[in-house]
Amino acid sequence: MTRIKSAFERQTARAAALIPFLNTGDPDFDTSLELFRTVLRTGADIVEIGAPYSDPLADGPVIQASAVRSLRAGFQFPHVFEMTSRLRRDTDKGLVLFSYFNPLLQYGIDRFFADAVSSGADGVIIPDLPFEESALVRQVADRQGIELIPLVAPTSSEERIAKICEEARGFVYCVSSLGVTGERAKMSERVQDLVRLARSYTRLPIAVGFGVSGAPQARFIAGFADGVIVGSAYVRRIEESLEAPDQTERYALAIDGVSQFTKELTDAISDVSAKS
Amino acid sequence: MKTTTQLPDKNGRFGDFGGRYVPETLMSALAELEQAYERFTANKSFQDELAYYLKSYSGRPTPLYFAERFTEHVGGAKVYLKREDLNHTGAHKINNTIGQALLAMRMGKKRVIAETGAGQHGVATATVAARFGLECTVFMGEEDMERQALNVFRMRMLGAEVVPATSGTKTLKDATNEAIRHWVEHVEDTYYIIGSVVGPHPYPRIVRDFQRIIGDETRQQMLDLEGRLPHTVIACVGGGSNAMGMFYPFVADESVRLIGVEAAGKGLESGLHAASIGKGTPGVLHGSMMYLLQDEFGQVTPAHSISAGLDYPGIGPEHSYLHASGRAQYVPITDDEALEAFYLLSKTEGIIPALESAHAVAQAQKTAREMSPDESLVICLSGRGDKDVEQIARMTGGVVDDEN
Repeated sequence: MTRIKSAFERQTARAAALIPFLNTGDPDFDTSLELFRTVLRTGADIVEIGAPYSDPLADGPVIQASAVRSLRAGFQFPHVFEMTSRLRRDTDKGLVLFSYFNPLLQYGIDRFFADAVSSGADGVIIPDLPFEESALVRQVADRQGIELIPLVAPTSSEERIAKICEEARGFVYCVSSLGVTGERAKMSERVQDLVRLARSYTRLPIAVGFGVSGAPQARFIAGFADGVIVGSAYVRRIEESLEAPDQTERYALAIDGVSQFTKELTDAISDVSAKS
Repeated sequence: MKTTTQLPDKNGRFGDFGGRYVPETLMSALAELEQAYERFTANKSFQDELAYYLKSYSGRPTPLYFAERFTEHVGGAKVYLKREDLNHTGAHKINNTIGQALLAMRMGKKRVIAETGAGQHGVATATVAARFGLECTVFMGEEDMERQALNVFRMRMLGAEVVPATSGTKTLKDATNEAIRHWVEHVEDTYYIIGSVVGPHPYPRIVRDFQRIIGDETRQQMLDLEGRLPHTVIACVGGGSNAMGMFYPFVADESVRLIGVEAAGKGLESGLHAASIGKGTPGVLHGSMMYLLQDEFGQVTPAHSISAGLDYPGIGPEHSYLHASGRAQYVPITDDEALEAFYLLSKTEGIIPALESAHAVAQAQKTAREMSPDESLVICLSGRGDKDVEQIARMTGGVVDDEN
């Protein structure tokens, strides 16, 4: 069984898997390593390890700013793989790389997947590589045994959803609402229909992301999906920690912030009784 | 007809370039746009309406003017100017915005958005939005809003909302990012009027098709005036819409040399330029594979040019293809050379070119000089320089540089 599959199947007490996203190297390598370890220790089942990019089209201001911090500090793919292998040493949970297509293309598709394997990654998400452009990448990913996790959106036609689900690996990432990543006050009801539709075309787990700001939405999603993806709300906690006057305090605030938040989310998705 | 004019293919590819590298949320909208474009533009009523507005509203056909004193000054080929600067709003941009606005309305959209660099495309979009009663939002880099304050004011006068793009380099690249992000959120009721031959398929094709009137007219006007095709055609290239519109009808005429002029800023070796072909490598930006200024890790590097309209780190996929296939040549012109040409054309012809177009003028000086007087060269004078006068006055402290 793949680590991604077992991360979802481990959920006996919980209604859904918790999947946090953090950028590599925000605010610095060591803090970010410790942040990943903290979320894994306090309840995450899979983590998305973000590779910073200069032009993140699918991201809202919070994750954009995080990428800027990370790039300014000099972090690139080699650090993403370094991060992944450091995490792999002490976890058997799912490690999923998140990168826009251009950095991956310039690094080399074969080289990227080879390094993904040797660093211990399980899957990859490429938010700007839709089905029609992904044939080559899917082929290389399959050959290397890395699961290429596709996205479906509220605007995807049923025909597209069927096609995407058929070639999906790992899990299917349902985009909850129109727009870029970022916390939203209200979760659209449409996402339930999307999850239901995707489920009719795949037996893979279905996770929902984009716009999850906290416990109530995580609980709502856990009611009908297999995984809850949370990005901007985590990254905002890191951003807030940077306002503290000294390094020690910033570090403590960031770790406390994400660990507290992970507990809140874990609690929220643990008391969902049954799936609809 | 050569195969090169049959592109893009059904996947939106010009050879290795183009495609649709966008978030899944936009894929259905792009498919819908492609279908609507095919369906409506095949319709005679659409073409009649487009022709009407291009003629009666924008003032087409624009003249092909023999620049006699400029030709004498340079010495060499006869130089003609395709006067796109005489369009309504002062640049070629309106050819495309009229076409896309008519398309948007037929698709039932009541709201349009656009990105803009120098502000010319923003003004052209705000103009047609006003004319057709569409709600309009324009994204513009914060830095460009300062450089082109007059155009910001103009767009607001026309009733458009202008939103500053404050991320990244705060120029055209980031304005385009913001426009795409906004479109992802409002894709169901908003039409995105892209201003250049960039972006995901089918945009590079749509913009080219609406701009090809530049080349179609030029071709016929040359045949009328000279009884033969021009030997050389020169246009400036940022994203590349005026150049693509000018080049496209000549692509199959192998005797016509096509020269695209990239902004070399402070020089190709200075690191401060916008020469995507001169110094870039193939990569993906704004949904399309094209030549791109980037570092070894695929991070997009900032472009620089004296002209906001060329200040873009990529070049449209069809230009990338014309370069790779060798059909067109792309050459660099620096800020200083463009500025010198700006003065030269003003003083020899009484025509103040846009700083963007001045790059093409500067290259024409070099190229015409090496040609014989019985050969002809056409410059696509994509826009007029009124918008740049304030910037140049500021740069020179209000002193006109009499050296030039």
